[in-house]
Amino acid sequence: MNILVCVKQVPDTTEIKIDPVKNTLIRDGVPSIVNPFDGYALEAAARIKDKNPDTKIVVLSMGPPQATAALKECLAIAADKAYLVSGRTFGGSDTLATSYILYNAVKKVEELEGKFDAIFCGKQAIDGDTAQVGPELAEHLGYPQVTYGLEAEVDGDMLKVKKEVEEGVEVIGVKFPCLVTYTKPAWDPRYPTIKRKMAANRAEIPVLGDDAFPDIDTTRIGLKGSPTNVKKTFVPQKKTGGVKIKEADNETSAKVLFEKLSAASII
Amino acid sequence: MNFHFNEEEQEILDMLHDFCLKEVAPIAAEVDENERFPEETWHKLAEMGMMGVPMPEEYGGAGLSYLNYIAVCEELAKHCATTSVMVSAHTSLCCWPIATYGTEEQKAKYLSKLSSGEWLGAFGLTEPGAGTDAAMQKTVAEDKGDHWVLNGSKIFITNAGFANVFVVFAMTNKELGTKGISAFIVEKDFPGFKVGSHEKKMGIRGSSTCELVFEDCIVPKENLLGELNKGFKVAMTTLDGGRIGIAAQALGIAQASIDECVKYTKERVQFGKRISQFQNTQFQLADMQAHVDAARLLVYRAAQAKQDHEPHSHLAAMAKLVASETASDVTRRTLQLTGGYGYTREYPFERMMRDAKITEIYEGTSEVQRMVISGWMGVK
Repeated sequence: MNILVCVKQVPDTTEIKIDPVKNTLIRDGVPSIVNPFDGYALEAAARIKDKNPDTKIVVLSMGPPQATAALKECLAIAADKAYLVSGRTFGGSDTLATSYILYNAVKKVEELEGKFDAIFCGKQAIDGDTAQVGPELAEHLGYPQVTYGLEAEVDGDMLKVKKEVEEGVEVIGVKFPCLVTYTKPAWDPRYPTIKRKMAANRAEIPVLGDDAFPDIDTTRIGLKGSPTNVKKTFVPQKKTGGVKIKEADNETSAKVLFEKLSAASII
Repeated sequence: MNFHFNEEEQEILDMLHDFCLKEVAPIAAEVDENERFPEETWHKLAEMGMMGVPMPEEYGGAGLSYLNYIAVCEELAKHCATTSVMVSAHTSLCCWPIATYGTEEQKAKYLSKLSSGEWLGAFGLTEPGAGTDAAMQKTVAEDKGDHWVLNGSKIFITNAGFANVFVVFAMTNKELGTKGISAFIVEKDFPGFKVGSHEKKMGIRGSSTCELVFEDCIVPKENLLGELNKGFKVAMTTLDGGRIGIAAQALGIAQASIDECVKYTKERVQFGKRISQFQNTQFQLADMQAHVDAARLLVYRAAQAKQDHEPHSHLAAMAKLVASETASDVTRRTLQLTGGYGYTREYPFERMMRDAKITEIYEGTSEVQRMVISGWMGVK
């Protein structure tokens, strides 16, 4: 098996604080992490490798040069090889342009690593939250896709994917090559090991730069190639705490609730 | 003299810190309460490569420095003293003597599985009548030609209930005293060997501390560790290293206790002020931190000396003496600052105080450390 895992380096949103005066995000000193959903995708690949030891896991990321740190983290956990897509012309890409660049990168990396049987992505990045790049990449490649995957196992020429649905779990069989996006499963991803960490620190991570894709359609990449634009970003107004109604018994509580709703002309 | 970790060593410590927050700290109180050996943590640490940090890479270890290993013991102890001593007894007292005195065959057979953490190791020296006076060994090993037969018992053996391999000491020549002691590698399944009763302890309650019983225990000839009748040296040099690990455990307990206490005093309000605003609190905590940092320098110095193959018996003794007494003192004082709340099991302070006490006792009591230090000074 040859699996590609696409990862994104994101700010650790659990560490982001909001400046109470300016009402803006305080970005200073916020650590960068591997997007947690991409971590689940990597773990899903690692679990396939646990059962099929000849599996190769390659990780791919697009971002600034410092995103190599995220790739190294993946190498320390489970990945065998890593590639970074990084170039000025790629900056400002929206999801469509990003997925188009990644599509070109997949083709390029396949020349070096062999064809991928499966491509795993996180369902979305915790900074942009669009959940579009994975599915768009599948469309560019013309691959069948499963979204909201929890775990996957190889079953002959198919990948059996457990997929989260509202009512519970659905199992979908999908022919190779395919693309799966992952959501949070019940288990936590494995920890890095000392040996892998040391090897990752020494690993050379090839960078696919602006000139790596001679055939790319330059009108479809970067800010200019992006049909969507961010008009404005703002921090939503802080919600004030709700009202807790806890009277002596349920009946009285219900009455108090009714009076409040009625006074506010809601009912 | 300055001690610093290079970027890679620091990353490994950060990785362990992250692991401890998620896997070690959340179960520390439960492990203590239920006197439960955290077996799952052993396996998880093994996966990460933390069960043989200073052991050579060719035998399954991580090949990192002794200082780095000591920092691992310290970090673990910040979250759970039981977990820290599980790793240090295994690494310092079982992996190390096999790596140092073992034959190629012994290293291939035992060290690889121990350093990778597939197997857990333990060390059996102490006997009911041979504690600080370790030379008074009653366990005997008889040469039966193609094998040894061991008879006797050991007590207070850390990791005993879960260990696969034990480094055990026995008299091979009673007339020669300390010069008649030899070391052996004993597997848990050797005929005539069994793990006896489990001790109920004041602190490090999750640690599996048991008796070892040898009743005509058959040990293969090739399992003699080091030279015949040179076991006392194996024991003493092993303990020199082990003491640095225990000193690091003491540091971790003391530092965690201060850190928790600082948090507490910044929240607790009395007389209309946070108690951290009182000068008594500030000065007490300042004193404690200064003492812990002083102890840390001694511990790191001893670790560096061991790494550099310099004489370090006295340095290890000083490190353990100061670090363990500091830990006991600091945990007693943080409990005083946290008052009634600190005395309850809702907070970790009482557990840390109970855990700290053992660091003054095992792997040589404070009195033994003073003997080693004064001996080195030539005070006779």
